[in-house]
Parts: sequence; structure tokens; C-alpha cells
Amino acid sequence: MELNTEIETADRQQLTELQSKRLVKMVERIYNNVPFYKQKFKEKGIEPGDIKSIDQLKHLPFTIKSDLRDNYPFGLFTVPQSEIVRLHASSGTTGKPTVVGYTRNDINTWSEVVARSLTMAGITKNDIIQVAYGYGLFTGGLGLHYGAERVGASIIPISGGNTKKQLQLMQDFGSTAIACTPSYAAYLAESIIKEGIPQEKIKLRAGIFGAEPWTEEMRQQIEKMMHIKAYDIYGLSEIIGPGVSMECQHQCGSHIFEDHFIPEIINPETLEVLPYGELGELVFTTVTKEAMPLLRYRTRDLTRLHPEKCACGRTLVRMEKCLGRSDDMLIIRGVNVFPSQVESVLLEMSETTPHYQMIVTRENNLDELEIKVEVDDQFWSDEIKILEGLKKRIHHNISSVLGINAQIKLVEPNTIERSEGKAKRVIDNRKL
Amino acid sequence: MAENDINISAFSIADAPDYGILRLVVGRPDLALKILKEKGYTVNTTEVVCVIVPNKPGGLHKVLRILSDNDIQIDYMYAFAVGNEASVVLRAPSNENVIKVLQENKMELVRANQIYQI
Repeated sequence: MELNTEIETADRQQLTELQSKRLVKMVERIYNNVPFYKQKFKEKGIEPGDIKSIDQLKHLPFTIKSDLRDNYPFGLFTVPQSEIVRLHASSGTTGKPTVVGYTRNDINTWSEVVARSLTMAGITKNDIIQVAYGYGLFTGGLGLHYGAERVGASIIPISGGNTKKQLQLMQDFGSTAIACTPSYAAYLAESIIKEGIPQEKIKLRAGIFGAEPWTEEMRQQIEKMMHIKAYDIYGLSEIIGPGVSMECQHQCGSHIFEDHFIPEIINPETLEVLPYGELGELVFTTVTKEAMPLLRYRTRDLTRLHPEKCACGRTLVRMEKCLGRSDDMLIIRGVNVFPSQVESVLLEMSETTPHYQMIVTRENNLDELEIKVEVDDQFWSDEIKILEGLKKRIHHNISSVLGINAQIKLVEPNTIERSEGKAKRVIDNRKL
Repeated sequence: MAENDINISAFSIADAPDYGILRLVVGRPDLALKILKEKGYTVNTTEVVCVIVPNKPGGLHKVLRILSDNDIQIDYMYAFAVGNEASVVLRAPSNENVIKVLQENKMELVRANQIYQI
């Protein structure tokens, strides 16, 4: 059942020893190769030799998303470019993307954790898996691809979108598994019903869904409509991509692959480490990554950890579905969106004010983003072509920065509701 | 506007999908701007040209032909006819140009003091 039984069912002491050994090596690696970390250690008065086990992890400095931006693009890499075999990127909080690099061994590690994840969902070489995550800079498509190849399944690398083709190949090739965002899965499920495709033509039995938050209700809905078991896969590109943790058939939280990623839960205000079972911000330390190991990376995802052995036999700690964020990041159609990105675009345009409101809705299981923008008094023209031209430019600038399409609505100054002088930036009407 | 004794001589409404634009020709533009702003409207002033044409077939055509021959674009216009005459309000990228060309062609323009309230 487990791909790596030795690790996945290891007893806690065994695992802690492995983690400690790896942490010591990782700390040495970043101290000696990344000026950013060396500086941070010096500020705290810590030498790599002080770190003997994971008990001391709590004394080490954190890494946050803006550290990645400040060291853009390759400042946090521990290896020369010649050792890097892959680069991925996701949207950052402002203009610049968050870049991650992989050595050959990193790709190996990533393939292994995704392969373990797929194995948890019962995927074997006898499966045909349709990878409907986007292929490209986003880690979803290629991450699932390499993991599925490791398992030996037959991959349909169809990437995202093009629903008609998805449904056609699903029937013609007899896909038994599908990997995509949960909202796209729900959309596909509805399309199957709408197109009147008979149930016996669909061979799917498992879905591996992630890259955006989804609820238990949504899972039940997808499972019922598609006649499959829907598994939650968790990950973020900074840590490795999908495959940081994965649900087993008991669906009682996602097992974190702790031999590679050490989790902690902290109080996002005081930054102190919280015990198992308490709600807080999830933090990861990557102990095996070569190209870009991160120390205590703050994910901003809020969740709880549970260490009890699972009914599946795994001893790896389980994380609950993320209950929200400790920052203002939105995940829209699987894409990370920060209000500050919208703000930076509007500030660059003289006609607009930095007052805006992002309204997110989910229609037919697809996320829609509308942005209301207050137009400066003196730029309100009585000529429609000027206003429509302005709207088009805002739309173009915002969509190209966010990487998703947004509807723009021009509004008069002072019409967006303010609380304590600040406009309410985000209204998320999706029921998550 | 009535409370402040401001007369509206002409208006038109332009409707876009998300908003509407009301264009007004008023007797006291500066006061109207101040009052509407105070009431929370987004309001701006813009220059337009008002030309008188005979209220008969081909009356407007004559003006448009002159502008067209002089390569002048019209952004928008609205008009109203009563009796023997029709008044046409029009806005072009350069109103000075419109005035010059129409005067050269002996067209009758409405002067601001015919509309403005003293």
C-alpha cells in the first residue's frame, strides 16, 4: 500500500532522528551558501554548529515570501546555475514572481513525494491518469506528471482548460484518474451531466485535487457527481510544489511527508510554536531540498496538526484542510492573487485612485473576479469612448499582472465603502 | 438646480453598461458645478459648440458637410427642433476649429450670453 513503508510507517523516534540529521546538514548548507541566511544567523547569534537536533528548530529564523522577492531571482539558491535543471515561478505579492529552482535530486525528491501521494490514492501502473493541471511555470502540471511517471501510470498530459477535449479523451482513452483543481473538477462533473454522457462511458475512480481551498461539502458533491473518490493534495511551490502532504483513503487530514518537510504550527502574532492540535500558521523547513532549501518558511495557511497514527497505518503527522490565511492572499482559479498586485497597477495609472474592491464569486463552479475601481474626479469624461478606453487599459494591465481575467467596473470617487477610512479591499462571496 | 435658480437649456443622457452620463447645458455653469459637487456628484465641465440650422430637410446636412469637408471629427451631438429652427449641440476634439470653420461658412452659432443667466 505505501510506496515507502519504511518512512511512512516509521515510529516517531526513528523519524525525529532522521529529521535531526537532515536538519543539521541543511543548516550548514544554507549558512555556507546563502548570504541571506548567514546574515540572519549572525543577527540571532547562532552558529550552524549550535544546531544538533530538531529541538532547536524553534530558535532558528523564519523565511517569508518577501524574502524570496528581495532575493529575486536566484539569491536564495545554494548551487551554481549549472546544477539547476528546472525553474518554476508563481505570482508574488507585487510585480515580481516568486521563483523556485530544482536540482536533479530535487526533481527526484519531488517525483517521489508525488508518487507516494498518488499511491495513497490507490494509483498504480494500471491506471490512466489525466493531468488537467496547467503545465508550465505553475508547479501543478509538471509536478503531477513526474510523480505519475514514477508510479508508472499512463499519463494524458492534457493540461488545463479545453473541457470538450477533456471529456472526449476521458471517454476514448478510458481515464481512471484525474488531477486538477477542485473547482475545475466540479465544472467537469457538471459538464459530463450537461452533455448527457452515460455513466458507463466514464471510467474515473479517483480524483487528485489541490492548489486551492475546498470544502468537505464540495468533496461530497464532486464524489457524488463523478462517482469517484476525491483526494486532497497539498503543496506550495516554495516548498516543492504539490506533494508536500496528501490524504489517504480515510480522508482524515493530509499526511505530511515529514522526512522531507518538517512542519510547525505557530501563533502568527507572537511567532511562538504551538503544540499539536492547536490552530495556527503552518511553517515548513525543507531538509532535503538542494537548490533552494527554506528554513521555517511561513506558508500563511492556517491549520492544525494531528500526530496520532492513522487508520491506514501511516505515522506521518496529518494536517487539517486549511481554514484560511493569515495574510490577504486569494486563490482564484488556482492562481495566487494578492490585493497589493491590483493596487500597484492602479498606482501606476494616473487616472485611477488606489481605491478598489475585489469581488470574488463562484458561478457554475468557476471563480469570477470583478474589480471596482474608483476613477479620479478629473478623469471622468462625458465621452464614453474615453471611459471605455480607460476600462480596457485597466483590464489589460491588471489581467497581465494577475495572470487571470478580471472584470473591471469603473465607479465614482468615494463610492466604495470605507471602514475606518480604508476601503474594504476584498469581498469573497464564494462559499468555501 | 431649481433651488439655485439654474436653468437647464439642453441635456442628453448617454448610457454605458455600467454607468450613465448626463450632459447639461446650463445658465450658470460655475455655480452648477459647485452645487453638484457639493451634492456628491462626479461632475466636470466641457466646452461645446451650439449651432442653429433651419428646421427643414437638409438643414443639418449642410453643417455636417462643412465639418466633413474640413476633416473635423464629431465626438457626440444632440439636437432639438421647434418652429423654423433647430439647435444642435456638438463636441469635437477642437471646438475652436469648429467655430472657425462654421463662421467662415456663415453658419449661425448660439453665443454663450444667449444661454447664460446674468
